[in-house]
Amino acid sequence: MTFPGVKALDHVDFTLRRGEIHALMGENGAGKSTLIKCLTGVNNFESGEIHIDGIGEAVKNRNTLEAQKRGISTVYQEVNLCPNLSVAENLFIGREPMTRLHTVNRKEMVKRAQKLMNEMNLPVDVTRNLDEYSLALQQMIAIARAVDMDCKVLILDEPTSSLDDTEVEKLFNLMRQLRDRGVGIIFVTHFLEQVYAVCDRITVLRNGQLVGEYPIAELPRVKLIAAMMGKDFDDLASIKPEGGLHVGSECLIDAQGLSHAGKIKPFDLKLSRGEVIGLTGLLGSGRSELARAIYGADRAQTGTLRIKGQQVHIKHPIDAMNLGMGMLPDDRKAEGIIGDLSVRENIILAMQARRGMTKLIPMKEQEEIADHFIELLQIKTASRETPVKQLSGGNQQKVIIARWLATDPDFLILDEPTRGIDVGTKTEIQKLVIKLAQEGKGVLFISSEIEEMLRTCNRLAVLRDGAKVGELSGEMTQELVMKTIAEG
Amino acid sequence: MTKLKKLTQKQLFLPLFSMVLVMLINIVYDVAHGNPFYNFFTVSINSQGILYGRLIDILNRGSEAAILAIGMTLVVSASAGTDISVGSVMSLAGGVCCVLLAGFGNVNVNSYAVPLWVGVLAGILVAGLCGAFNGMLVAFLKIQPMVATLILFSAGRAIGLLLCNSAIVYVNVESFKMFGGYTWIFPTPMLITACCVLVTALVLKYTAMGTYVQAVGINKDAARISGYKSAAIIFLCYVVCGLFAGIAGIVATSRIYSADTNNIGLNLEMDAILAVALGGNSLGGGKFRLSGSIIGAYTIQAITTTLYALGVSSAQAPVFKAIIVIAIVTIQSPVVKAYMKKRGAAKQLESGKEVHAS
Amino acid sequence: MTKKKMNSNSILLMLTIGLFVVMYASGCIAYADKGFTKLQVFLDILKNNAGLICVVCGMTAVMITGGIDISVGALIAMECMFMAVGVEKWGLPALVLLPLMLLIGLVFGMVQGYFIGYLEIQPFIVTMAGMFFARGMTAVISTQQVSVTKSALMTKLSTMKFNMPFQIGAYLNKKGKLMVPNVSIYVIIAIVVLIATFLILRYTRFRRSLYAVGGNQQSAALMGLDVKKTRFKAHVMCSLLTSIGAICYVLNTMCGTTRQALGLEMDAISSAVIGGTLLTGGVGNVIGSFFGVLINGTISSLVKTNGKLSSAWPNVVTAILLCFFIVLQAIFARFRKKD
Repeated sequence: MTFPGVKALDHVDFTLRRGEIHALMGENGAGKSTLIKCLTGVNNFESGEIHIDGIGEAVKNRNTLEAQKRGISTVYQEVNLCPNLSVAENLFIGREPMTRLHTVNRKEMVKRAQKLMNEMNLPVDVTRNLDEYSLALQQMIAIARAVDMDCKVLILDEPTSSLDDTEVEKLFNLMRQLRDRGVGIIFVTHFLEQVYAVCDRITVLRNGQLVGEYPIAELPRVKLIAAMMGKDFDDLASIKPEGGLHVGSECLIDAQGLSHAGKIKPFDLKLSRGEVIGLTGLLGSGRSELARAIYGADRAQTGTLRIKGQQVHIKHPIDAMNLGMGMLPDDRKAEGIIGDLSVRENIILAMQARRGMTKLIPMKEQEEIADHFIELLQIKTASRETPVKQLSGGNQQKVIIARWLATDPDFLILDEPTRGIDVGTKTEIQKLVIKLAQEGKGVLFISSEIEEMLRTCNRLAVLRDGAKVGELSGEMTQELVMKTIAEG
Repeated sequence: MTKLKKLTQKQLFLPLFSMVLVMLINIVYDVAHGNPFYNFFTVSINSQGILYGRLIDILNRGSEAAILAIGMTLVVSASAGTDISVGSVMSLAGGVCCVLLAGFGNVNVNSYAVPLWVGVLAGILVAGLCGAFNGMLVAFLKIQPMVATLILFSAGRAIGLLLCNSAIVYVNVESFKMFGGYTWIFPTPMLITACCVLVTALVLKYTAMGTYVQAVGINKDAARISGYKSAAIIFLCYVVCGLFAGIAGIVATSRIYSADTNNIGLNLEMDAILAVALGGNSLGGGKFRLSGSIIGAYTIQAITTTLYALGVSSAQAPVFKAIIVIAIVTIQSPVVKAYMKKRGAAKQLESGKEVHAS
Repeated sequence: MTKKKMNSNSILLMLTIGLFVVMYASGCIAYADKGFTKLQVFLDILKNNAGLICVVCGMTAVMITGGIDISVGALIAMECMFMAVGVEKWGLPALVLLPLMLLIGLVFGMVQGYFIGYLEIQPFIVTMAGMFFARGMTAVISTQQVSVTKSALMTKLSTMKFNMPFQIGAYLNKKGKLMVPNVSIYVIIAIVVLIATFLILRYTRFRRSLYAVGGNQQSAALMGLDVKKTRFKAHVMCSLLTSIGAICYVLNTMCGTTRQALGLEMDAISSAVIGGTLLTGGVGNVIGSFFGVLINGTISSLVKTNGKLSSAWPNVVTAILLCFFIVLQAIFARFRKKD
C-alpha cells in the first residue's frame, strides 16, 4: 500500500505458522507498523491478499473489531486499555455478559474475569482498576483479553520496551505457553537478544520491502544485522575517513555513569576537542537516549558530567546551551521545527534563547544570519519569511541544522542529521562535520548508515539493547562495526 | 492558490472582514433611515467640548474589552488555554482600589483616605497577584487553564464583595473619575487603551517576547530543546494578563466612580476570549497577531452598539454573539478543514483530468 | 507482584463525605439554639438545590468524558422563562409545556453534542456559545420577570408537600403545634434523577463508554468504541437532565427572569470537582457530586443561620475548597504519572 508519495509496503509476503513465535524486525520506516495495521484493519491496502487458516477466500478487515472476530488481536506498547476501568471491565469491553434487563451482568463478568486470570496464573484482583497494576501486568492482562477472544494470531508490538528483565522473562513464559497451545505470535521488537531468546523465525523488512524470512537456528547474529542494514555481509569494502582528523588535548565532555532508567543504562563517554565520535547500533539500542542524557533533554538520573574539566549539573537544555552544547534531535517534527514560524525565525531560535528575552537580535542581523545559512546549506525556500511547515522534509532538516550552527557551539550533537536529505547535501553535511572538528569543536554523530560514520568519525561507540557495549577506534571497517553490534 | 484564497488566509482577514461587515450594516441602516451614509463615521465636538459620535462611542465603551484582549491573547497563545477569571479580577481590583481610597468601612466619601496613586497601584498589583496565582497553577502544577482560572472566577468577585462589606463603595472625588472621564477632548479610557496597546506593541517589537511566547505555544518540545523554559514564559503571560485585568478594572470603576462589585466586568471574559478568536488567533495556541485581537474587541463592541441601535436590547445581544462564535470555530475546526481539503483536492483532481483530456 | 496502590479516587470521595459530615456536625453544635439540628434544615438544603442536583448528574457524565458544559444555567433560565411566558401570555396548559421543556433540552443537547462530538470543537467554546444563545433567547422571550400564576397544576405541584413517614424528626414549635418535616415534589424528582443516573453509570454499557473515552480516547477508539457518539450522547444526557432541573427550578421559584440560575454552571462544576470528578476526565461519580452539592448547600445554610456574615462568604469558601481539591487532584495525577 502507498502513503502519499511513499510506498510504505511493496509486495511484502508474510507467513505465520500455527504455534510459532515469529519476530518482525526492521529499521525505522521499514514498514513493520504498516504491515500490522494492514493485517488488523487499521489501514486499507491496495493490492495483495490475506489468507487465514489456509482458507481459499482472501480476507479484508475493515476495522479492528472485524480483525478481532477473525482471530487477529494486537497488544500495543502503550497497552491500549482503559486505566480508569476495572480489570474485569477491560477484559470484557465490547462483549460484556448482559442480563435480561439489558444491563451489564457485573457478577458474571467478575466471575469469568477472575477465572481467566487464574487460568493464566496472573495474581490479579479483577475488581481493582487497571492502573493499580504495573505496566508489565497490564500487558499480560491485555494478552489475556486477546486469548479469551479466541485469537489465533497474537501481534505483540514492542511489548518489552518498558519492562525489566524479570518481567520480560514472565512475558516470554506466557508467550511460550500460548505458542504451545497453537497460537501464532508475531513479535515486533528491536531487541536482538530477546529475539534469539524466544523466537522461532524472523522476517526482516527494509524500506517497505521484504528482505527475507529465516529460521532462527540458521541465522547468526551478524547476518541478521547485515540483513537489517541492507548490507550483503560478504560484500563490504573498508572506507577510510576522508581528510585527517587531529584530536586536540582538551577534554570537552567527560561523562561517567550517566543513565536514565528505562532508556539508557549507565555509560561512560569522553570526547575531546577536534574529535568526532559516532554512536552506532540498531534502532532502539539507546543512541538517541545517550545523547539526550548528556544534553539534558532527558535529565540523567545518575552519574557525573564534566564539561571542560568542570563538573556541571544540567537541569534544562538552556544550561547545556550556555555551556556551549547544541543538539539536533532525531524527530524533527516533534522536537525540531516550529512549523508556523518562518525560516528566519526558526534559524535564529536557539541563538535568541541564549541571548535572553530582553536582548532581541536586531532584524538586520537576523536576516543576514538567515541568508548566510540558506546559502551555505542550499535551503530551498521561497523566501526567508516562508513558514517552515511549507518546506520539504529535507529542507526543514537543513533549517534545524542551521539553527544550531548559528549558536556556534563547542560541542554539537547531531542525531540522524542526514535522514531524508538528498545525496548531494548528505555529502555537504559530512564535510561540514569534519570542518567543525577541524575548527576545534567536538561532534557527537548518530546515524543509521555506517559508511557515513566511518567517513567522518575518529571513534565509534557501539550500543545494543539500551546499553553501551563497546568502543572502536583506529582502523574500522563495516564488518568490524557490525560484529561489535552483534556480539559486543 | 487563487487570489481569493490567498486573501482569506492572511491572519488579519477575519477581524477586518468582520469590522467591515459591521460598518456596512451600519451604513445600510443609516441610509434606510434617511441619515447620510457616513453617519456612522461622523465625529464632532459637542457642547461640552468633547468628541462625540457613534465611532467614538464604540472606541470608548470597548476599552475594557480591548485591554483584556491584550493579556488574553498572550495567555491563549502560550498555553492554548483561556483565563476566565479576568472579569472577576477586574471587579476585585476595582474593589481594592475603592476600599483603600475611601478608607476601610466607608461607603461614600468625598476625599481620599490614601493618595490616589496608592489606591490605583494597589488595585493593579492585587490583579497581578491573581495573575501570578493562575500562572502558578497552570505553568508549574500543570493544571488545565480553564480549571485553574475557575477558582478566581468564583472567588474574585466574592472577595471584592467582602472587602466592600457587600455595599457599593462610592469615591466621589473628581480626580478619581478621571480614568473613566475625559482628558481634553478624548474619552480617557480610549487613551489608556492606546497606551496599553502601544506599550505592549513596543515590548513585542523590541524584545524577543513574541518569539518566546509563540515558540512555546506552537511546539513546546521543540522550544524546550532550543533552550526555552516554557513554565516561566507561561507564568509570565498569566501575570501580564492579570495586570491588564487590573488596569481594565480601574477604568471600569472610575467610570461610575464606585466599586459595583457585582456588575463590573460581568461576562467580559467571554468578550475577551471572543475578541481573540475573532482576531484570527487560534484558540489552540501558537502564532498570534495582537492587532487582530484589538480589532476583534472593537468589532464586538461595534456589534453590540449596532444591535442596540437596531432595537435589540443588551440582554438579547448574546444570541448574535453565540452565532458568531460558532461560525468562527466551526470554520477553524479540524474536521471541517479536512473536509474542505478533501473537496479541494477532489476538485483539483477533476480539473487536472480535464486539462489532460483536452 | 501486584502493586497495590491506594486508590486515590476513593480517598477523594472519603474526603468529600467526611468534609460534609464535619461541616454539618459543627453547624449543629454551633447553631443548635437556632434550630440547625432540625431535620427540616437538611431537607431545605435539598429543596433549594433540587435543580442543581439534576444538573450536577448531567455535568458529572459530561466531565467523565473529559468535556464540560457551561450552558446549563442559561438553559435553565431559558426554559423557566419559556414555561412562565407559556402559561401567562400564551395561555398554554402546563401539561403541554412540561414535556416541551424536556424536548427543548433534548434538542439543545443534540446541537451541542453534534458540534462537540462530530465536529470536534472544544466543549468550552461550544457550550459558551450555547450559554450566550440561551441567555439571549431568555431575554428575547421576555425581558421582564414573569410569575407563574395562571396554572392550577403548577401551583398545586409547587406547594405539594410530602410529610416524612412515621413523623421522623417532628417537633413541637413554640405555639405547641406539631411540625412535621416535609419535602416538596421536586426534591423527590431530584432524588429519582440521582438514583437513575447512579444506576446508569454503573450498570450499562454507556457507563463504560463514558469512562473509556474520558480515560484514554485512543484506547477507546482502538477497542472499537464510538468516541464521537459517546460524546454526543453525554451532552444530550446533560442537557436533558438540565431540563428536568429546570422543571424543579420553576416549581421552586414559580417565575422566569433573565437573571435566573446565574452562575449555576460554576456551582455544578465546583460540586462535581469537590465530589472527586476529575476535570481531565475518566474519573467521577454522582455520589461524590451529590455530596459536593450538599457541602455547597451546607455552607450557604450555615451563613444564613449565622445571619451576620456577608452572603459573599459561601462563594469564597467554595472557591477555597475548589482550589484545595484541584491542587490535590493535580498532585495525585503527578504522583501517579511518576510511577
